[in-house]
Amino acid sequence: MVEKAADKGHVVLNNVSKCFFEDEKKILCLDQLSIEIPPGQLTVLMGPSGCGKTSMINLIAGYETPDTGSITIDGEKITEPGHDRLVVFQETALFPWMTVFNNVAFGPKAKGLAEKDIKEKTESILETVGLQDFQDKYPTQLSGGMQRRAELARALVNEPSVMILDEPFRGLDAMTRELMQEFYLKLFDETKITTLFVTHELEEAIFMADTVIILTYKPGRVRKVVKVPLERPRHFSVSASKEYMDIFNDTIEILFEEAKKAFDHDDASSLDIIQSLKRNSDDS
Amino acid sequence: MSQTSVSAAPPIHPAAVAVKTRGALYQLTERKALPGAISIIGFLIAWQLSITWELPYLSNIPYPKDVWDSLYESVLKSSYWNDWKMSLIRVFVGFTVGQVVGIPLGLAMGASKTIKALCFPVFEMLRPIPPIAWIPLSILFWPTEELSIYFLTFIGAFFVIVLNVMQGVSSIDLSVKRAAISLGASRKDIFFKIMIPGSLPSIVTGMTVGIGVTWNVLIAAEMIAGHGGLGRGTWEAYTNGNLPLILVGMVSIGFAGYITSSLVRVIGEKAMPWRRKF
Repeated sequence: MVEKAADKGHVVLNNVSKCFFEDEKKILCLDQLSIEIPPGQLTVLMGPSGCGKTSMINLIAGYETPDTGSITIDGEKITEPGHDRLVVFQETALFPWMTVFNNVAFGPKAKGLAEKDIKEKTESILETVGLQDFQDKYPTQLSGGMQRRAELARALVNEPSVMILDEPFRGLDAMTRELMQEFYLKLFDETKITTLFVTHELEEAIFMADTVIILTYKPGRVRKVVKVPLERPRHFSVSASKEYMDIFNDTIEILFEEAKKAFDHDDASSLDIIQSLKRNSDDS
Repeated sequence: MSQTSVSAAPPIHPAAVAVKTRGALYQLTERKALPGAISIIGFLIAWQLSITWELPYLSNIPYPKDVWDSLYESVLKSSYWNDWKMSLIRVFVGFTVGQVVGIPLGLAMGASKTIKALCFPVFEMLRPIPPIAWIPLSILFWPTEELSIYFLTFIGAFFVIVLNVMQGVSSIDLSVKRAAISLGASRKDIFFKIMIPGSLPSIVTGMTVGIGVTWNVLIAAEMIAGHGGLGRGTWEAYTNGNLPLILVGMVSIGFAGYITSSLVRVIGEKAMPWRRKF
């Protein structure tokens, strides 16, 4: 089993700005962003495409460095990638040439653990995610949901302080998606591993989050921080509760405004969130 | 062929015949070996007919039967097998050296911007030169004929593999590389566990294309410069005016190329178990 993370993974972004260049034009992507990701909690990041979610992830993961400001984890400044902050990417980033076992064992092997420990750890985490019978398969032999679970296992086996999930269930069918949400929540309830979760789906966000942070469209600033005080463990029936609906209604307006801004800027990728929001409002 | 059978058939309703013949043909093509056999036999018949009907410019071609007899004779001679041996060795040496030098160079150029900046301009200057254009220089430059042919087959395989490996390295997904870095992979791990397996599909493509180019160059080189070898054998058949033997040479070269590229393909499939069709 995954051990209980002892309240680690406190990530603080302090006045972080980041620019990138597009057609030799300097574009401000994150504008003096100050965000706190509290340890032992599940923080969801939302916002239209172009709000800098991916940039933020790259900064926290240490793939890029901020232009101004600083990011710390448990008080230490982040300067490079490390296995205390592991990212589960949108599209699968499993190593296609390695079996599930070797994918998961990659981190422990890189750390130079003893052969016996590697085997033990890997097998135990594979059991946690229910892939013990698939450890000798290659990623392409797995279904979408299994691939995501393998990817979660590959990160979890390293006992990271923070799990960063960048739209991890995107592209899965609705049923698998719900199962994966439930699966991750169960895992989270057991381990209380600090999690930063990025999604486009408001329902997914509220269902999973302790806190939802909504960013503005270009440049990314904090638009609103929404607390989700729904009791854990949560069941899907929670979405019928009044509390849930209140949070939902409070949030959807703001999200829609930001998505509309992106849409008005002709940002085709904003269709993503608008469609998802439209689907939601049709339902309700 | 189906048309002949229609016209030869007793008077049935034309539509019914069409359906029936299509059904029969479909059943035949369902199996894999049969269409192959039909295609080859059809080709041999067309060959035979083009000579018996004295089609313009084609009447000098020897009959399939003559070629067959000539092939049968050749197979019994040790000189024929010696040509095979010489050509295969030349291809093997040039091709292998090409991979041994080319794969690391491609990986290095793909992995390091500095190395690419240093090597790529010269590489791109030499690459567009067709390998066959190297023949005169190669003959002058190398002390023995054998060495110059090795060099030419090397050239044939080298540029193709370098280009493919380089492209293979750069095609590896950024998130895959980042995942490995986050998981604590050292530079060595990244090179051996990510870059090499990640570019393997392109390496195999480069090898498959390269072995074909190698044969092209080899045959040209042998015809111009070599002693022995399948290309030389074919050229000597030409100088002796032995038409069936020319065709025996051509068929042999084709067959040799087919065997070697199949071998490369099998090795490639073995090296990439994750690419197997499931």
